Amino acid sequence: MPDLIYIKCPGFPVILRIFVYMKIHIPNSAFIGNIESFLNHFNPDNETELYVTSNQSWISIHPLVVSMVVALAEEVNLKGGVITGENFNAKSRPYLLRMGLVKALNPNHGILIDEHESSGRFIPARKIETSQQLNQFITDMVPLLHTTPEQAYPIKYVMSELVRNVLEHSNSPFGAIVSAQYFAKSNRISIGVADRGIGIKAAMSASYATASDLDAILLAMRPGITGTTKKIGGTEYNAGAGLFFTKSIAKVSRDFFLVYSGDAFFKLHKTNVAKPVKLFANPNLDKANAKSLLPYWQGTAVGIDISMDINQDFQELLELIRQAYQLDVKRANNVKYKKPKFV
Amino acid sequence: MTKIELYNYTGDFAENKDIAKDLRINCIEPNIVNDSVQLDFNNITSATQSFIHALISNVIRINGVDVLDRLYFKNCNDQIKTIINIVVDYVQDGIFIDPEDM
Repeated sequence: MPDLIYIKCPGFPVILRIFVYMKIHIPNSAFIGNIESFLNHFNPDNETELYVTSNQSWISIHPLVVSMVVALAEEVNLKGGVITGENFNAKSRPYLLRMGLVKALNPNHGILIDEHESSGRFIPARKIETSQQLNQFITDMVPLLHTTPEQAYPIKYVMSELVRNVLEHSNSPFGAIVSAQYFAKSNRISIGVADRGIGIKAAMSASYATASDLDAILLAMRPGITGTTKKIGGTEYNAGAGLFFTKSIAKVSRDFFLVYSGDAFFKLHKTNVAKPVKLFANPNLDKANAKSLLPYWQGTAVGIDISMDINQDFQELLELIRQAYQLDVKRANNVKYKKPKFV
Repeated sequence: MTKIELYNYTGDFAENKDIAKDLRINCIEPNIVNDSVQLDFNNITSATQSFIHALISNVIRINGVDVLDRLYFKNCNDQIKTIINIVVDYVQDGIFIDPEDM
């Protein structure tokens, strides 16, 4: 049942009772560039009652939105709550079915679709709770997206780093919800990963006190910063570089990247094709949009677009990352660093 | 020399940090103290920084940077070489740089 708020109004003999629902509205278009069209209609109050509405003409949304909605549904179901809402319009229903959204919101929907439609280059929303499931998912994922091996490198890389972050740091009650889609018109792969765990600020708090969710997000994107230690270079198991690598892959791809946690997000904007790509260890130097006081997302949601037109190969991208990493530290001139021995 | 064929544990994409940690604890650390260790990346097409970190960072921290004279990386493609270089560099940053100086 939804929460009840009782309001006593002076002068009135009755007590007003207001039902509080968690509400989401799926707009006709919600991608990273215009994610506000989704967030502006998200009301996170009450995690046991979810009310879902959608645009009644057509819907095209980023896998980030798919993963977030499915994560909310997963949480409500885990808590024994109720999901209600309007029926999806017939035009958008096949798409939402294929992305796993209808099933998450109503497991007994009973709607049948042609599973072999040619437009299907997508990964429907899937729950990943263990390291082994992640391994299997990455193996299964790449053939479905029909990429070349070279195009697959950054996709596999991003998926591994983002999901491992969830499994290791989030305490999410159901792990990560992931989805992906290839968009032919823009020739890009979009990926969304969402959890309903403790969020970045709480995960960082063991080692870093941050004043706000936004501060925590910005700190987490700096290479070498991890919630598990204050030591440079991290612990034996965590280096704190996953988000930096992921942001860098989006930037070299000249595409969008978004991290949303608590009441804040960081959105990396597209890089102009006429300008050379420069990677920054400090996300404040990126062409980006950082917002606070958004509807509270319990946990973390990350979305990324990776262009398949990317001219730079993955090795060159890694070399740029290496250079950005080196610029972020002040090395003493008298210390000679050893090099690894390649044979 | 102890030789470890990583592909047998990771497949062509080396990303599982749990496997990296197990290899480090059970195969690298016991042997690197008095011997050399060769990590063979044959047939591995890509690896994540997290995997390489879990595999070697603590080996360098515990044994000191001179352990790099006894740790060999075989059959690495350019991608994997770059990632290994990144990890080896920042682990040494952690050894040589005082966090207060950052």
